[in-house]
Amino acid sequence: MHSDDTDPAHHDENVYDALATADDDGRWAFGTGFDAGTAEIDAPVPEGVDRADLAAYCLMLADDALIAAQRLAGWTAKAPELEEDVALANIALDLLGQARVLLSRAGHLGAAEPFRAGPQDDEDVLTYFRDDRGFRNVTLVETDLGDFGRTIAWILVLSSWRLALMQRLTGSRDPVLAAVAGKAVKELAYHRDYAAQWTLRLGDGTELSHARMQAGLDDVWPFVEELFLPHDVERRLAEAGVAVDPAELRGEVDGVLEQVLPLATLTRPERAAVGLVGGRGGRDGVHTESLGTVLAVMQSLARAHPEATW
Amino acid sequence: MVTADLLDARTVVEGVVDPEMPMLTLADLGVVRGVETAGDGTVVVTITPTYSGCPALEEMRADLRRKLHAAGHDRVDVRTTFSPPWSTDWISDAGRRKLAEAGVAPPAHLGPRAVGPVPLTLVAPSRAVACPLCGAPDTEETSRFGPTACTALRRCRSCAEPFEHVKEI
Repeated sequence: MHSDDTDPAHHDENVYDALATADDDGRWAFGTGFDAGTAEIDAPVPEGVDRADLAAYCLMLADDALIAAQRLAGWTAKAPELEEDVALANIALDLLGQARVLLSRAGHLGAAEPFRAGPQDDEDVLTYFRDDRGFRNVTLVETDLGDFGRTIAWILVLSSWRLALMQRLTGSRDPVLAAVAGKAVKELAYHRDYAAQWTLRLGDGTELSHARMQAGLDDVWPFVEELFLPHDVERRLAEAGVAVDPAELRGEVDGVLEQVLPLATLTRPERAAVGLVGGRGGRDGVHTESLGTVLAVMQSLARAHPEATW
Repeated sequence: MVTADLLDARTVVEGVVDPEMPMLTLADLGVVRGVETAGDGTVVVTITPTYSGCPALEEMRADLRRKLHAAGHDRVDVRTTFSPPWSTDWISDAGRRKLAEAGVAPPAHLGPRAVGPVPLTLVAPSRAVACPLCGAPDTEETSRFGPTACTALRRCRSCAEPFEHVKEI
């Protein structure tokens, strides 16, 4: 025990004491290295719901947030202004927090077992030791963020869609999904406002900012359609009162864009959808080569040194 | 039955400070959801994160374990719960005072959230946030996202000083 704990003269509230007295039993070097210990994780699977379906759905929503967070983290220390650097990192952090609980739930339901090679927690196994075909994220989140205009268009679409989804998911029969959604709604409302306000500023700004904002929106547009295509797992779980059928979200997302784009003097793009191969997309593990780039950055060090601790 | 031991554990828990806003105890912040003793004597503490990705959470857990061990509670289990989601409305009146005294503008009371789709906010809300340094009411938001997940950055138009604001959630 550290002497500060017993000496009344040092019994102040210095949080740094914790650093000096932390158990140094060696955290795994790359991931969280600790169990989030969330009370809801081991809640029973709701009656009439297939365990594998629920695990797959948790992975879908986790992977959307995890890959989006990894993409956004690429802006850290590179954003146009310090405030935007902080904002983008904060948005990434919120999404990462949502992903962690969902990954733990998916792991609790068995999703991590095929990938386990060491003592890591479920969320770390799923993050670092899964290949691209095992990821269930929509294509949009793996695409390159491009310039700041494209990044804003990407956040506007993603957060409008995820907010509409999470708001409905607060009524899920699965207590973990409902709990994650309850927090996510508050966070995503900030993300969407941030993107909408920047869309106005850039779209209705200078000739150059308008052109780049419109180009960013055009680039993102082909990936929007996939957001509203229900996967069989989503259909079955929506039927059971656990998931949300994404087709239901189109009206609300359109409503947000109809509110923002005209004010920003931007034109709603007319571009053919991409992202599906033979009707299969990110939800089936069919990804673009962009995901390989994201995973290389995110996973390669951990895979090269899977036993490393600090 | 509430034992003296449990009262003691509760006092210890409520006195632990937030690692990012150390002017507040966890009780001020409103994140302590339960302190109970299990059958085998384990002190079970339940806390709730302010934001899903709050990086302070693990430090809070470590600090709770450390302080409870130091107070003689050998078996400690710190759990987190997401539901119901934390709201800045749970920050105590004492906490709000301490924030203001430390130069951080406390959050406004939100009250119950409306059911249904969340409305889009295209202009910063006109809710007045007084400057915690000079007291002037005329302040502006410079960034919705600040150095911690809980805070936004503002500037006083009167004394020109920048300050943090615990944004409503």
